[in-house]
Amino acid sequence: MDSGDTAWLLTSTALVLFMTPGLAFFYGGLVGRTNVLGTIMHSFITIALVSVTWVLWGYSLAFGPDKGHFIGGLEWIGLNGVGPEPSAYAGTIPHLVFMAFQLMFAIITPALITGAVVGRFKFKTFLVFTVLWSTIVYLPLAHWVWGIGGWLGDLSVLNIGGLSGKALDYAGGTVVHISSGVSALCAAIVLGKRKQEPEAPHNIPFVVLGAGILWFGWFGFNAGSALAANGGAAYAFVNTNTAAAMAALAWMTVSWWRGGAPSVVGAASGAVAGLVAITPAAGFVTPTGAIIIGLVAGVLCYFATQFRAKRMGVDDALDVWGVHGVGGTWGALATGIFAAASVGGFDGLINGNPGQVINQFIAVIVTWVWAFGCTFIILKVLDMTMGLRVSEREEEVGIDMAQHGEPAYTP
Amino acid sequence: MNKVEAIIRPERLSAVIAALADEGFHGLNISQVTGRGEQRGLVHVGRAGQSYIVDILPKTKLEIVVRDQDTKKVVDVIVAAAKTGQIGDGKIFILPVADAIRVRTGESGDIAL
Repeated sequence: MDSGDTAWLLTSTALVLFMTPGLAFFYGGLVGRTNVLGTIMHSFITIALVSVTWVLWGYSLAFGPDKGHFIGGLEWIGLNGVGPEPSAYAGTIPHLVFMAFQLMFAIITPALITGAVVGRFKFKTFLVFTVLWSTIVYLPLAHWVWGIGGWLGDLSVLNIGGLSGKALDYAGGTVVHISSGVSALCAAIVLGKRKQEPEAPHNIPFVVLGAGILWFGWFGFNAGSALAANGGAAYAFVNTNTAAAMAALAWMTVSWWRGGAPSVVGAASGAVAGLVAITPAAGFVTPTGAIIIGLVAGVLCYFATQFRAKRMGVDDALDVWGVHGVGGTWGALATGIFAAASVGGFDGLINGNPGQVINQFIAVIVTWVWAFGCTFIILKVLDMTMGLRVSEREEEVGIDMAQHGEPAYTP
Repeated sequence: MNKVEAIIRPERLSAVIAALADEGFHGLNISQVTGRGEQRGLVHVGRAGQSYIVDILPKTKLEIVVRDQDTKKVVDVIVAAAKTGQIGDGKIFILPVADAIRVRTGESGDIAL
Protein backbone atom coordinates (compact mmCIF):
# COMPACT_ATOMS: atom_id res chain seq x y z
CA MET A 1 0.00 0.00 0.00
CA ASP A 2 1.28 3.47 -0.88
CA SER A 3 0.19 6.40 1.23
CA GLY A 4 0.79 8.89 -1.59
CA ASP A 5 -1.46 6.98 -3.97
CA THR A 6 -4.08 6.50 -1.26
CA ALA A 7 -4.06 10.17 -0.33
CA TRP A 8 -4.45 11.22 -3.96
CA LEU A 9 -7.30 8.76 -4.55
CA LEU A 10 -9.14 9.85 -1.42
CA THR A 11 -8.77 13.44 -2.62
CA SER A 12 -9.87 12.51 -6.14
CA THR A 13 -12.93 10.78 -4.75
CA ALA A 14 -13.94 13.96 -2.95
CA LEU A 15 -13.25 16.03 -6.08
CA VAL A 16 -15.49 13.85 -8.20
CA LEU A 17 -18.27 13.95 -5.60
CA PHE A 18 -18.05 17.74 -5.75
CA MET A 19 -18.77 17.60 -9.48
CA THR A 20 -22.37 16.55 -8.87
CA PRO A 21 -23.34 19.64 -6.86
CA GLY A 22 -21.36 21.56 -9.50
CA LEU A 23 -23.54 19.97 -12.15
CA ALA A 24 -26.59 20.92 -10.10
CA PHE A 25 -25.64 24.59 -10.35
CA PHE A 26 -24.55 24.37 -13.99
CA TYR A 27 -27.99 22.97 -14.84
CA GLY A 28 -29.81 25.07 -12.26
CA GLY A 29 -28.63 28.33 -13.76
CA LEU A 30 -29.75 27.25 -17.22
CA VAL A 31 -33.40 26.73 -16.25
CA GLY A 32 -36.03 29.28 -15.26
CA ARG A 33 -36.45 30.55 -11.71
CA THR A 34 -39.50 28.32 -11.07
CA ASN A 35 -37.67 25.09 -11.96
CA VAL A 36 -34.27 25.62 -10.39
CA LEU A 37 -34.95 23.68 -7.19
CA GLY A 38 -36.40 20.72 -9.05
CA THR A 39 -33.35 20.68 -11.29
CA ILE A 40 -30.89 20.92 -8.40
CA MET A 41 -32.80 18.29 -6.45
CA HIS A 42 -32.45 15.81 -9.31
CA SER A 43 -28.66 15.94 -8.94
CA PHE A 44 -28.58 16.21 -5.18
CA ILE A 45 -30.88 13.32 -4.42
CA THR A 46 -29.07 11.14 -6.97
CA ILE A 47 -26.01 11.42 -4.73
CA ALA A 48 -28.09 9.99 -1.89
CA LEU A 49 -29.81 7.26 -3.92
CA VAL A 50 -26.77 5.87 -5.71
CA SER A 51 -24.54 6.10 -2.64
CA VAL A 52 -26.79 3.61 -0.89
CA THR A 53 -27.50 1.27 -3.80
CA TRP A 54 -23.79 1.16 -4.69
CA VAL A 55 -22.91 -0.16 -1.26
CA LEU A 56 -25.78 -2.65 -1.30
CA TRP A 57 -25.42 -4.13 -4.80
CA GLY A 58 -23.95 -1.67 -7.29
CA TYR A 59 -20.25 -2.12 -6.63
CA SER A 60 -20.49 -5.90 -6.50
CA LEU A 61 -22.37 -6.20 -9.79
CA ALA A 62 -20.09 -3.71 -11.58
CA PHE A 63 -16.66 -4.75 -10.31
CA GLY A 64 -17.22 -8.06 -8.55
CA PRO A 65 -15.88 -11.46 -9.69
CA ASP A 66 -16.69 -11.79 -13.38
CA LYS A 67 -19.66 -13.78 -14.63
CA GLY A 68 -19.54 -14.55 -18.34
CA HIS A 69 -17.70 -11.31 -19.22
CA PHE A 70 -21.12 -9.64 -18.79
CA ILE A 71 -21.55 -8.72 -15.14
CA GLY A 72 -19.89 -8.99 -11.76
CA GLY A 73 -21.14 -11.41 -9.14
CA LEU A 74 -22.98 -10.88 -5.87
CA GLU A 75 -20.00 -11.93 -3.75
CA TRP A 76 -19.41 -8.33 -2.63
CA ILE A 77 -23.03 -7.48 -1.78
CA GLY A 78 -23.08 -4.97 1.06
CA LEU A 79 -19.35 -4.53 0.46
CA ASN A 80 -18.75 -7.98 1.92
CA GLY A 81 -15.07 -8.71 1.42
CA VAL A 82 -14.29 -5.15 0.36
CA GLY A 83 -11.93 -3.83 2.98
CA PRO A 84 -8.79 -1.87 3.74
CA GLU A 85 -6.43 -4.21 1.87
CA PRO A 86 -5.70 -3.49 -1.80
CA SER A 87 -7.62 -5.23 -4.58
CA ALA A 88 -6.60 -6.54 -7.97
CA TYR A 89 -7.95 -3.28 -9.39
CA ALA A 90 -5.35 -1.04 -7.72
CA GLY A 91 -2.49 -2.67 -5.87
CA THR A 92 -1.39 0.35 -3.84
CA ILE A 93 -4.69 1.68 -2.45
CA PRO A 94 -7.30 0.14 -0.13
CA HIS A 95 -10.10 -1.68 -1.92
CA LEU A 96 -12.58 0.54 -0.07
CA VAL A 97 -10.99 3.62 -1.63
CA PHE A 98 -11.23 2.19 -5.14
CA MET A 99 -14.88 1.37 -4.46
CA ALA A 100 -15.58 4.88 -3.18
CA PHE A 101 -13.85 6.45 -6.19
CA GLN A 102 -15.97 4.38 -8.57
CA LEU A 103 -19.10 5.32 -6.63
CA MET A 104 -18.67 8.98 -7.55
CA PHE A 105 -18.74 8.06 -11.25
CA ALA A 106 -21.85 5.95 -10.71
CA ILE A 107 -23.49 8.97 -9.08
CA ILE A 108 -22.80 11.62 -11.68
CA THR A 109 -23.77 9.50 -14.67
CA PRO A 110 -27.53 9.32 -13.98
CA ALA A 111 -27.44 12.90 -12.69
CA LEU A 112 -26.25 14.04 -16.12
CA ILE A 113 -29.37 12.61 -17.78
CA THR A 114 -31.66 14.89 -15.78
CA GLY A 115 -30.71 17.92 -17.84
CA ALA A 116 -32.73 16.58 -20.75
CA VAL A 117 -36.00 16.32 -18.86
CA VAL A 118 -36.15 19.48 -16.77
CA GLY A 119 -39.50 20.99 -15.97
CA ARG A 120 -41.72 18.00 -16.68
CA PHE A 121 -40.60 14.77 -14.96
CA LYS A 122 -42.68 13.43 -12.08
CA PHE A 123 -40.39 13.27 -9.03
CA LYS A 124 -41.65 9.92 -7.74
CA THR A 125 -41.11 8.31 -11.12
CA PHE A 126 -37.70 9.97 -11.38
CA LEU A 127 -36.60 8.33 -8.12
CA VAL A 128 -37.56 4.88 -9.40
CA PHE A 129 -36.00 5.63 -12.81
CA THR A 130 -32.69 6.58 -11.21
CA VAL A 131 -32.47 3.34 -9.23
CA LEU A 132 -33.41 1.25 -12.28
CA TRP A 133 -31.10 3.07 -14.71
CA SER A 134 -28.11 3.09 -12.41
CA THR A 135 -28.55 -0.66 -11.97
CA ILE A 136 -29.66 -1.95 -15.37
CA VAL A 137 -27.75 0.38 -17.72
CA TYR A 138 -24.71 1.50 -15.76
CA LEU A 139 -23.57 -1.63 -13.92
CA PRO A 140 -23.11 -3.93 -16.93
CA LEU A 141 -21.47 -1.16 -18.97
CA ALA A 142 -19.01 -0.35 -16.18
CA HIS A 143 -18.24 -4.05 -15.90
CA TRP A 144 -17.65 -4.49 -19.64
CA VAL A 145 -15.21 -1.55 -19.83
CA TRP A 146 -13.54 -1.50 -16.40
CA GLY A 147 -14.39 -4.76 -14.66
CA ILE A 148 -11.79 -7.52 -14.54
CA GLY A 149 -13.09 -9.97 -17.18
CA GLY A 150 -15.37 -7.44 -18.85
CA TRP A 151 -15.54 -8.10 -22.58
CA LEU A 152 -14.76 -4.59 -23.82
CA GLY A 153 -11.52 -4.88 -21.88
CA ASP A 154 -10.47 -7.90 -23.91
CA LEU A 155 -12.21 -8.18 -27.26
CA SER A 156 -10.60 -11.52 -28.02
CA VAL A 157 -13.24 -13.19 -25.81
CA LEU A 158 -15.74 -12.51 -28.59
CA ASN A 159 -13.84 -14.93 -30.85
CA ILE A 160 -14.65 -12.78 -33.85
CA GLY A 161 -12.00 -12.86 -36.61
CA GLY A 162 -8.94 -11.01 -35.45
CA LEU A 163 -10.60 -8.78 -32.86
CA SER A 164 -8.25 -8.32 -29.97
CA GLY A 165 -6.98 -5.79 -27.55
CA LYS A 166 -9.26 -3.51 -25.62
CA ALA A 167 -11.47 -0.51 -26.02
CA LEU A 168 -9.64 2.32 -24.28
CA ASP A 169 -11.61 4.46 -21.88
CA TYR A 170 -9.42 6.17 -19.33
CA ALA A 171 -12.05 7.75 -17.12
CA GLY A 172 -15.47 7.10 -18.62
CA GLY A 173 -16.03 8.56 -22.06
CA THR A 174 -18.29 5.63 -22.89
CA VAL A 175 -19.42 4.48 -19.46
CA VAL A 176 -20.35 7.96 -18.25
CA HIS A 177 -20.73 10.38 -21.12
CA ILE A 178 -21.98 8.48 -24.13
CA SER A 179 -24.28 6.43 -21.92
CA SER A 180 -25.80 9.46 -20.20
CA GLY A 181 -25.92 11.56 -23.36
CA VAL A 182 -27.67 8.93 -25.42
CA SER A 183 -30.00 8.01 -22.56
CA ALA A 184 -30.84 11.69 -22.22
CA LEU A 185 -31.79 11.82 -25.90
CA CYS A 186 -34.01 8.80 -25.41
CA ALA A 187 -35.63 10.30 -22.32
CA ALA A 188 -36.30 13.61 -24.06
CA ILE A 189 -37.97 11.74 -26.93
CA VAL A 190 -40.07 9.46 -24.71
CA LEU A 191 -41.16 12.19 -22.29
CA GLY A 192 -41.92 14.60 -25.09
CA LYS A 193 -41.49 18.36 -25.31
CA ARG A 194 -42.26 20.86 -22.63
CA LYS A 195 -45.65 22.49 -23.10
CA GLN A 196 -44.22 25.91 -22.31
CA GLU A 197 -41.77 27.85 -24.43
CA PRO A 198 -38.22 26.85 -23.44
CA GLU A 199 -37.19 29.29 -20.75
CA ALA A 200 -34.07 31.44 -20.82
CA PRO A 201 -31.33 30.77 -18.26
CA HIS A 202 -32.31 32.58 -15.07
CA ASN A 203 -28.87 32.71 -13.47
CA ILE A 204 -25.87 32.59 -15.77
CA PRO A 205 -23.47 33.23 -12.87
CA PHE A 206 -24.61 29.84 -11.51
CA VAL A 207 -23.84 28.29 -14.89
CA VAL A 208 -20.27 29.57 -14.86
CA LEU A 209 -19.84 28.69 -11.19
CA GLY A 210 -21.05 25.19 -11.94
CA ALA A 211 -18.72 24.85 -14.91
CA GLY A 212 -15.81 26.00 -12.78
CA ILE A 213 -16.62 23.41 -10.11
CA LEU A 214 -16.92 20.74 -12.80
CA TRP A 215 -13.52 21.72 -14.26
CA PHE A 216 -11.95 21.58 -10.78
CA GLY A 217 -13.55 18.27 -9.91
CA TRP A 218 -12.65 16.79 -13.29
CA PHE A 219 -9.00 16.75 -12.21
CA GLY A 220 -10.10 14.06 -9.78
CA PHE A 221 -12.24 12.38 -12.42
CA ASN A 222 -9.41 12.04 -14.95
CA ALA A 223 -6.14 12.28 -13.03
CA GLY A 224 -7.59 10.12 -10.26
CA SER A 225 -8.27 7.43 -12.84
CA ALA A 226 -4.52 6.84 -12.94
CA LEU A 227 -5.25 5.09 -9.62
CA ALA A 228 -1.89 6.39 -8.46
CA ALA A 229 -0.04 9.62 -7.76
CA ASN A 230 2.38 9.28 -10.64
CA GLY A 231 3.33 10.36 -14.14
CA GLY A 232 0.13 8.94 -15.60
CA ALA A 233 -1.90 11.15 -13.30
CA ALA A 234 0.27 14.08 -14.35
CA TYR A 235 -0.47 13.46 -18.04
CA ALA A 236 -4.19 13.13 -17.31
CA PHE A 237 -4.17 16.34 -15.27
CA VAL A 238 -2.43 18.37 -17.95
CA ASN A 239 -4.51 16.92 -20.78
CA THR A 240 -7.73 17.64 -18.87
CA ASN A 241 -6.90 21.28 -18.36
CA THR A 242 -5.63 21.77 -21.89
CA ALA A 243 -8.62 20.21 -23.61
CA ALA A 244 -11.09 22.16 -21.45
CA ALA A 245 -9.31 25.41 -22.21
CA MET A 246 -9.12 24.87 -25.96
CA ALA A 247 -12.74 23.77 -26.14
CA ALA A 248 -13.91 26.85 -24.21
CA LEU A 249 -12.04 29.09 -26.65
CA ALA A 250 -13.40 27.15 -29.62
CA TRP A 251 -17.06 27.30 -28.57
CA MET A 252 -16.80 30.95 -27.57
CA THR A 253 -15.29 31.76 -30.98
CA VAL A 254 -17.88 29.83 -32.96
CA SER A 255 -20.69 31.42 -30.95
CA TRP A 256 -19.12 34.82 -31.67
CA TRP A 257 -18.92 34.15 -35.38
CA ARG A 258 -22.36 32.57 -35.68
CA GLY A 259 -24.31 34.39 -32.98
CA GLY A 260 -22.78 37.84 -33.15
CA ALA A 261 -21.44 37.98 -29.61
CA PRO A 262 -19.06 35.85 -27.50
CA SER A 263 -21.41 33.83 -25.35
CA VAL A 264 -20.63 33.36 -21.66
CA VAL A 265 -22.90 30.32 -21.52
CA GLY A 266 -21.06 29.15 -24.63
CA ALA A 267 -17.64 29.49 -23.04
CA ALA A 268 -18.84 27.52 -20.02
CA SER A 269 -20.50 24.89 -22.20
CA GLY A 270 -17.41 24.67 -24.36
CA ALA A 271 -15.21 23.96 -21.36
CA VAL A 272 -17.56 21.15 -20.32
CA ALA A 273 -17.54 19.74 -23.86
CA GLY A 274 -13.75 19.67 -23.83
CA LEU A 275 -13.73 17.97 -20.45
CA VAL A 276 -16.16 15.37 -21.73
CA ALA A 277 -14.11 14.67 -24.85
CA ILE A 278 -10.78 14.32 -23.06
CA THR A 279 -12.26 11.93 -20.47
CA PRO A 280 -11.62 8.69 -22.38
CA ALA A 281 -8.31 10.00 -23.70
CA ALA A 282 -6.81 11.76 -20.69
CA GLY A 283 -4.11 9.22 -19.84
CA PHE A 284 -3.45 8.05 -23.38
CA VAL A 285 -2.68 11.13 -25.48
CA THR A 286 -0.11 13.94 -25.51
CA PRO A 287 -0.95 17.54 -24.58
CA THR A 288 -0.92 18.55 -28.25
CA GLY A 289 -3.39 15.73 -28.87
CA ALA A 290 -5.48 17.22 -26.07
CA ILE A 291 -5.49 20.60 -27.83
CA ILE A 292 -6.86 19.02 -31.00
CA ILE A 293 -9.42 16.98 -29.06
CA GLY A 294 -10.61 20.09 -27.22
CA LEU A 295 -10.73 22.21 -30.36
CA VAL A 296 -12.88 19.73 -32.25
CA ALA A 297 -15.09 19.13 -29.21
CA GLY A 298 -15.85 22.83 -28.83
CA VAL A 299 -16.81 23.23 -32.47
CA LEU A 300 -18.57 19.90 -32.93
CA CYS A 301 -20.67 20.15 -29.77
CA TYR A 302 -21.69 23.72 -30.63
CA PHE A 303 -23.09 22.54 -33.96
CA ALA A 304 -24.63 19.45 -32.36
CA THR A 305 -26.64 21.65 -29.98
CA GLN A 306 -27.70 23.91 -32.82
CA PHE A 307 -28.74 20.89 -34.85
CA ARG A 308 -30.74 19.51 -31.95
CA ALA A 309 -32.55 22.79 -31.38
CA LYS A 310 -33.32 23.58 -35.00
CA ARG A 311 -33.56 20.28 -36.83
CA MET A 312 -34.14 17.36 -34.51
CA GLY A 313 -37.45 18.31 -32.94
CA VAL A 314 -36.33 16.87 -29.60
CA ASP A 315 -36.61 18.89 -26.39
CA ASP A 316 -33.31 17.82 -24.80
CA ALA A 317 -33.63 20.92 -22.68
CA LEU A 318 -30.04 21.34 -21.52
CA ASP A 319 -28.37 19.63 -24.47
CA VAL A 320 -27.08 16.62 -22.62
CA TRP A 321 -26.85 14.65 -25.86
CA GLY A 322 -25.10 17.43 -27.72
CA VAL A 323 -22.39 17.82 -25.10
CA HIS A 324 -22.05 14.41 -23.46
CA GLY A 325 -23.34 12.11 -26.18
CA VAL A 326 -21.60 13.77 -29.10
CA GLY A 327 -18.59 14.98 -27.09
CA GLY A 328 -18.12 11.55 -25.57
CA THR A 329 -18.38 9.86 -28.96
CA TRP A 330 -15.75 12.18 -30.45
CA GLY A 331 -13.50 11.66 -27.42
CA ALA A 332 -13.78 7.89 -27.58
CA LEU A 333 -12.92 7.80 -31.29
CA ALA A 334 -10.19 10.43 -30.86
CA THR A 335 -8.59 8.18 -28.25
CA GLY A 336 -8.19 5.56 -30.96
CA ILE A 337 -6.65 8.17 -33.23
CA PHE A 338 -4.27 9.99 -30.92
CA ALA A 339 -3.20 7.40 -28.35
CA ALA A 340 0.55 7.35 -27.83
CA ALA A 341 2.30 4.47 -26.09
CA SER A 342 4.83 6.83 -24.56
CA VAL A 343 1.98 8.30 -22.53
CA GLY A 344 -0.30 5.40 -21.57
CA GLY A 345 1.10 2.27 -23.18
CA PHE A 346 -1.21 2.11 -26.20
CA ASP A 347 -0.77 3.46 -29.72
CA GLY A 348 -3.51 4.85 -31.89
CA LEU A 349 -3.94 5.55 -35.57
CA ILE A 350 -1.35 8.32 -35.87
CA ASN A 351 1.22 6.10 -34.19
CA GLY A 352 0.73 3.20 -36.54
CA ASN A 353 -2.11 1.26 -34.89
CA PRO A 354 -5.35 1.82 -36.83
CA GLY A 355 -6.88 -1.24 -35.15
CA GLN A 356 -7.41 0.83 -32.02
CA VAL A 357 -9.97 2.96 -33.84
CA ILE A 358 -11.94 -0.17 -34.64
CA ASN A 359 -11.98 -1.20 -30.99
CA GLN A 360 -13.10 2.29 -30.02
CA PHE A 361 -15.82 2.20 -32.64
CA ILE A 362 -17.14 -1.08 -31.24
CA ALA A 363 -17.34 0.36 -27.75
CA VAL A 364 -19.12 3.46 -29.05
CA ILE A 365 -21.75 1.51 -30.99
CA VAL A 366 -22.35 -0.92 -28.13
CA THR A 367 -22.79 1.94 -25.67
CA TRP A 368 -25.21 3.82 -27.94
CA VAL A 369 -27.38 0.76 -28.50
CA TRP A 370 -27.28 -0.47 -24.90
CA ALA A 371 -28.01 2.93 -23.37
CA PHE A 372 -30.77 3.92 -25.78
CA GLY A 373 -32.43 0.50 -25.79
CA CYS A 374 -32.47 -0.08 -22.04
CA THR A 375 -33.51 3.49 -21.25
CA PHE A 376 -36.38 3.23 -23.72
CA ILE A 377 -37.69 0.04 -22.13
CA ILE A 378 -37.34 1.36 -18.57
CA LEU A 379 -39.19 4.57 -19.42
CA LYS A 380 -41.97 2.82 -21.30
CA VAL A 381 -42.58 0.49 -18.36
CA LEU A 382 -42.60 3.43 -15.94
CA ASP A 383 -44.94 5.34 -18.26
CA MET A 384 -47.43 2.48 -18.13
CA THR A 385 -47.20 1.96 -14.38
CA MET A 386 -46.45 5.30 -12.73
CA GLY A 387 -46.72 7.98 -15.41
CA LEU A 388 -43.76 10.08 -16.47
CA ARG A 389 -44.95 13.67 -16.71
CA VAL A 390 -46.45 16.26 -14.43
CA SER A 391 -49.72 17.87 -15.50
CA GLU A 392 -49.73 20.87 -17.80
CA ARG A 393 -50.82 23.12 -14.95
CA GLU A 394 -47.93 21.86 -12.78
CA GLU A 395 -45.55 22.54 -15.64
CA GLU A 396 -46.88 26.07 -15.91
CA VAL A 397 -46.52 26.81 -12.21
CA GLY A 398 -43.06 25.26 -12.16
CA ILE A 399 -41.60 22.13 -10.60
CA ASP A 400 -40.33 23.95 -7.50
CA MET A 401 -43.78 24.80 -6.19
CA ALA A 402 -45.73 21.99 -7.88
CA GLN A 403 -43.49 19.06 -6.90
CA HIS A 404 -41.52 20.37 -3.92
CA GLY A 405 -43.78 23.04 -2.42
CA GLU A 406 -40.85 25.42 -2.11
CA PRO A 407 -40.12 28.62 -4.03
CA ALA A 408 -36.42 29.00 -4.83
CA TYR A 409 -36.41 32.73 -4.24
CA THR A 410 -38.62 34.82 -2.00
CA PRO A 411 -39.58 37.84 -4.12
CA MET B 1 -56.54 57.75 -21.49
CA ASN B 2 -56.37 55.13 -18.74
CA LYS B 3 -53.72 53.02 -17.10
CA VAL B 4 -54.77 49.39 -16.87
CA GLU B 5 -52.98 47.82 -13.91
CA ALA B 6 -53.33 44.02 -13.82
CA ILE B 7 -52.11 41.77 -10.99
CA ILE B 8 -51.96 38.27 -12.50
CA ARG B 9 -50.44 34.84 -11.95
CA PRO B 10 -46.77 34.88 -13.04
CA GLU B 11 -47.20 31.76 -15.15
CA ARG B 12 -49.92 33.45 -17.23
CA LEU B 13 -47.70 36.37 -18.21
CA SER B 14 -46.50 35.10 -21.57
CA ALA B 15 -50.05 34.14 -22.56
CA VAL B 16 -51.30 37.63 -21.64
CA ILE B 17 -48.50 39.39 -23.53
CA ALA B 18 -49.16 37.25 -26.60
CA ALA B 19 -52.91 37.92 -26.47
CA LEU B 20 -52.36 41.69 -26.15
CA ALA B 21 -49.89 41.65 -29.03
CA ASP B 22 -52.43 39.81 -31.18
CA GLU B 23 -54.84 42.72 -30.65
CA GLY B 24 -52.18 45.30 -31.46
CA PHE B 25 -51.15 46.33 -27.94
CA HIS B 26 -47.41 46.07 -27.61
CA GLY B 27 -46.17 48.66 -25.13
CA LEU B 28 -46.38 47.65 -21.49
CA ASN B 29 -44.42 47.37 -18.24
CA ILE B 30 -43.96 44.34 -16.05
CA SER B 31 -42.89 44.08 -12.43
CA GLN B 32 -42.71 41.23 -9.97
CA VAL B 33 -44.76 41.94 -6.87
CA THR B 34 -45.82 40.16 -3.75
CA GLY B 35 -49.04 40.47 -1.92
CA ARG B 36 -52.08 38.81 -0.53
CA GLY B 37 -55.64 38.62 -1.59
CA GLU B 38 -58.49 36.31 -0.84
CA GLN B 39 -56.44 33.12 -0.88
CA ARG B 40 -55.67 31.37 2.37
CA GLY B 41 -52.03 30.96 1.44
CA LEU B 42 -49.93 27.82 1.61
CA VAL B 43 -48.73 25.77 4.54
CA HIS B 44 -44.99 25.15 4.53
CA VAL B 45 -43.14 22.74 6.78
CA GLY B 46 -39.88 24.13 8.11
CA ARG B 47 -36.68 22.16 8.70
CA ALA B 48 -37.59 21.31 12.29
CA GLY B 49 -41.04 20.13 11.33
CA GLN B 50 -42.96 23.19 12.44
CA SER B 51 -45.54 24.42 9.94
CA TYR B 52 -46.14 28.02 9.01
CA ILE B 53 -48.57 29.73 6.72
CA VAL B 54 -47.33 31.78 3.83
CA ASP B 55 -49.95 34.14 2.54
CA ILE B 56 -47.69 36.72 0.88
CA LEU B 57 -47.34 35.23 -2.59
CA PRO B 58 -45.57 36.32 -5.76
CA LYS B 59 -47.64 37.76 -8.58
CA THR B 60 -46.84 39.70 -11.72
CA LYS B 61 -48.03 43.28 -12.25
CA LEU B 62 -48.60 44.39 -15.79
CA GLU B 63 -49.21 48.06 -16.62
CA ILE B 64 -50.46 49.37 -19.94
CA VAL B 65 -51.70 52.86 -20.78
CA VAL B 66 -54.43 52.93 -23.44
CA ARG B 67 -56.89 55.29 -25.10
CA ASP B 68 -60.29 55.60 -23.41
CA GLN B 69 -62.01 53.69 -26.23
CA ASP B 70 -59.56 50.76 -25.99
CA THR B 71 -59.86 50.27 -22.23
CA LYS B 72 -62.67 47.72 -22.17
CA LYS B 73 -61.05 45.71 -24.99
CA VAL B 74 -57.71 45.50 -23.21
CA VAL B 75 -59.35 44.44 -19.94
CA ASP B 76 -61.32 41.70 -21.72
CA VAL B 77 -58.18 40.41 -23.43
CA ILE B 78 -56.22 40.29 -20.16
CA VAL B 79 -59.01 38.56 -18.27
CA ALA B 80 -59.43 35.91 -20.97
CA ALA B 81 -55.71 35.12 -21.08
CA ALA B 82 -54.96 35.32 -17.34
CA LYS B 83 -57.95 33.48 -15.93
CA THR B 84 -57.71 29.94 -14.55
CA GLY B 85 -60.89 29.93 -12.49
CA GLN B 86 -59.01 29.30 -9.22
CA ILE B 87 -58.71 31.70 -6.29
CA GLY B 88 -55.55 33.73 -6.86
CA ASP B 89 -56.23 34.74 -10.50
CA GLY B 90 -55.70 38.38 -9.54
CA LYS B 91 -57.32 41.79 -10.05
CA ILE B 92 -57.32 44.61 -12.60
CA PHE B 93 -57.55 48.32 -11.72
CA ILE B 94 -58.28 51.24 -14.04
CA LEU B 95 -56.63 54.57 -13.26
CA PRO B 96 -57.17 57.80 -15.20
CA VAL B 97 -54.03 59.23 -16.84
CA ALA B 98 -53.67 62.99 -17.33
CA ASP B 99 -51.30 62.85 -20.33
CA ALA B 100 -48.66 60.78 -22.12
CA ILE B 101 -45.48 62.14 -23.78
CA ARG B 102 -43.08 60.32 -26.14
CA VAL B 103 -39.57 61.12 -24.93
CA ARG B 104 -37.89 60.79 -28.32
CA THR B 105 -40.12 63.26 -30.17
CA GLY B 106 -41.94 65.28 -27.53
CA GLU B 107 -45.39 64.29 -28.92
CA SER B 108 -48.19 64.17 -26.40
CA GLY B 109 -51.75 62.91 -26.14
CA ASP B 110 -53.21 59.79 -27.72
CA ILE B 111 -50.59 59.74 -30.50
CA ALA B 112 -47.90 59.22 -27.89
CA LEU B 113 -49.43 55.89 -26.85
